[in-house]
Amino acid sequence: MRKMLAAVSRVLSGVAQKPASRVLVASRNFANDATFEIKKCDLHRLEEGPPVTTVLTREDGLKYYRMMQTVRRMELKADQLYKQKIIRGFCHLCDGQLLLLLMQEACCVGLEAGINPTDHLITAYRAHGFTFTRGLSVREILAELTGRRGGCAKGKGGSMHMYAKNFYGGNGIVGAQVPLGAGIALACKYNGKDEVCLTLYGDGAANQGQIFEAYNMAALWKLPCIFICENNRYGMGTSVERAAASTDYYKRGDFIPGLRVDGMDILCVREATRFAAAYCRSGKGPILMELQTYRYHGHSMSDPGVSYRTREEIQEVRSKSDPIMLLKDRMVNSNLASVEELKEIDVEVRKEIEDAAQFATADPEPPLEELGYHIYSSDPPFEVRGANQWIKFKSIS
Amino acid sequence: MGPPLRPNQCRSRLGAPPSLPAVCGRVARNPGLQVGMAAFAATAGRLLGLRAAGTEGRLLRLRGAGLQWALLQPASATGDAAQRRQVAHFTFQPDPEPQEYGQTQKMNLFQAITSALDNSLAKDPTAGKDRVFNTPLCEQGIVGFGIGIAVTGATAIAEIQFADYIFPAFDQIVNEAAKYRYRSGDLFNCGSLTIRAPWGCVGHGALYHSQSPEAFFAHCPGIKVVVPRSPFQAKGLLLSCIEDKNPCIFFEPKILYRAAVEQVPVEPYHIPLSQAEVIQEGSDVTLVAWGTQVHVMREVASMAQEKLGVSCEVIDLKTILPWDMDTVCKSVIKTGRLLISHEAPLTGGFASEISSTVQEECFLNLEAPISRVCGYDTPFPHIFEPFYIPDKWKCYDALRKMINY
Repeated sequence: MRKMLAAVSRVLSGVAQKPASRVLVASRNFANDATFEIKKCDLHRLEEGPPVTTVLTREDGLKYYRMMQTVRRMELKADQLYKQKIIRGFCHLCDGQLLLLLMQEACCVGLEAGINPTDHLITAYRAHGFTFTRGLSVREILAELTGRRGGCAKGKGGSMHMYAKNFYGGNGIVGAQVPLGAGIALACKYNGKDEVCLTLYGDGAANQGQIFEAYNMAALWKLPCIFICENNRYGMGTSVERAAASTDYYKRGDFIPGLRVDGMDILCVREATRFAAAYCRSGKGPILMELQTYRYHGHSMSDPGVSYRTREEIQEVRSKSDPIMLLKDRMVNSNLASVEELKEIDVEVRKEIEDAAQFATADPEPPLEELGYHIYSSDPPFEVRGANQWIKFKSIS
Repeated sequence: MGPPLRPNQCRSRLGAPPSLPAVCGRVARNPGLQVGMAAFAATAGRLLGLRAAGTEGRLLRLRGAGLQWALLQPASATGDAAQRRQVAHFTFQPDPEPQEYGQTQKMNLFQAITSALDNSLAKDPTAGKDRVFNTPLCEQGIVGFGIGIAVTGATAIAEIQFADYIFPAFDQIVNEAAKYRYRSGDLFNCGSLTIRAPWGCVGHGALYHSQSPEAFFAHCPGIKVVVPRSPFQAKGLLLSCIEDKNPCIFFEPKILYRAAVEQVPVEPYHIPLSQAEVIQEGSDVTLVAWGTQVHVMREVASMAQEKLGVSCEVIDLKTILPWDMDTVCKSVIKTGRLLISHEAPLTGGFASEISSTVQEECFLNLEAPISRVCGYDTPFPHIFEPFYIPDKWKCYDALRKMINY
């Protein structure tokens, strides 16, 4: 009854915008878009920042929700597979465990929403979410984690070394990817195709010397590089107060303008990225973004994540700032989608992940011959010496 | 291209007789290290005292939570797939309980190291807790600071989280630490610096948690490089490194952190550096290794004795630089055959230095070419690790070919 009244009122109020198909399919009608207010960003050496309101269309909203949910489920599945010992190695998930990315989904989906597919991205080891948002399928990612042939790096890289088109990984050594990112930005400028490079690093890496070298060169040569510090408040086990003399990571670029963004709100991240990309594309040089986010689990699978912070803190952040929950609430409250619809997406995503996990477990491992491949670019193929003088592997690439 | 190989299939493929046991040992499941810290102990005559949230601190916290069992027991295999992957390529063989150093306690490798650090810090009871502290994530900075502290005369122990990450600090070590005494004509030195780093393959470390970079540092006169094989050795060698008046790099085999359990004396004691140890006497072949690989060689020696009736002399090199040429050469003169093994890649690995020196000194005593069983010339692989490492089958195979030369 209530639903019918709501439907009737909506029909009366918003008839003109609805496409005909929607009237046939849905008994409830949704708004096409909604305007949201987002948090203002702190600025460093900038007069204006990103806008404080943004428009989210229904289509985009559903897309972001699906992507975030996929990343979340994928990471949880990876966590599960790791505990079943099907995935081995040092695994860093986006939510913390396995170097997982849970709770940081807004970062990867939001960043992707703010740039073009032709732009470039490089990050550190918490890379599964970015690999997905940059275009690879969940199957390839999970197969790479389990070290199988179908994986994106043919099973040779594992968790920390995933690559895709315009996505340069996936780097294990902390901080080493930032000079690389600046180099990619140099190439962008040189090629003149109006592309930017997003170079991500964490709050722990922000204290590495090579990052400051990259800042200096990027600013000197006005490279279109967006340095992004994903500040999840802990560098493995060390809280930012104990590691950094200045925890205002967005100011650490000193002569590079910076902004501090709420990394748990995908719309905030998207607007800030659009702003930063526009800044770089206009030739003004590099810019620094600090995404304030949080990781739910520990640093990696060997870290329970509670020895350096309290469970209450984790619970609090989880209940108040979960990015998927925030987006869901927003969409439902402004009638961009219904709870049932989002649940349907959840179910679809779950199925997709299950299929991918099945593939990842069943796919065969790369053949032993490939052990020597891709060391050098070789022409003709040369031989790799093995564990003793009678073992040799061919190296082809 | 046949079906993909699993580790136990691989062993039979490389020629091991099927009657030999396929299971070589179960390792404590060590998915990763403790939350790492860089610990500095500065003793400038003003030692500062206790330990902050170091590895031991974490151990205490976990012990309180009743999880001590998880630290010292090997994890049980939960299924066939898990079992296959979990079987280590070696079995740790503890030395007999040492009698001459007083009361001993059962310790694993990281506890032995913590004990060594405790002993070292306790030397100055007036100093306080803040001697041990975390640093931000900067290896170059960590080692640079350590050198600076050591130059003023204080004792510095710097920890690099994994040996794979030591390369940002490579410049500081090679260009500053190693050359300080030489370039200042002995006016200054950073001898009271010790750098510790977890080292070597761990079963699932992939490219950046498994490297053995001792060969890079062996090329640098001025520093000492030490690799222990067991908790008892580790404590004694680490204390010697700390006392030693030269900058030392102490690589700790991370796979042994929990897997190696031994009786270790509680009181401090020193094991001399640059002295290799003959842990098993023999007459036909000399086997040289260091760190984890020593245990592999011990197994190879017993296999050789059993299957081929060959008596092997096993030597633990302990100190890579400066290395004990006399012990090794003396042994080769006796046996006439030498097999050297390490996990690091073959080309330019430390086995090449040993091989070259031995053939210079003992050419006429050699019955067969010197054999080196090492890792492949590839980056340390992720999924291919069981095939990459020089396990006992490869060593046994090489030994057999040497005997039949």
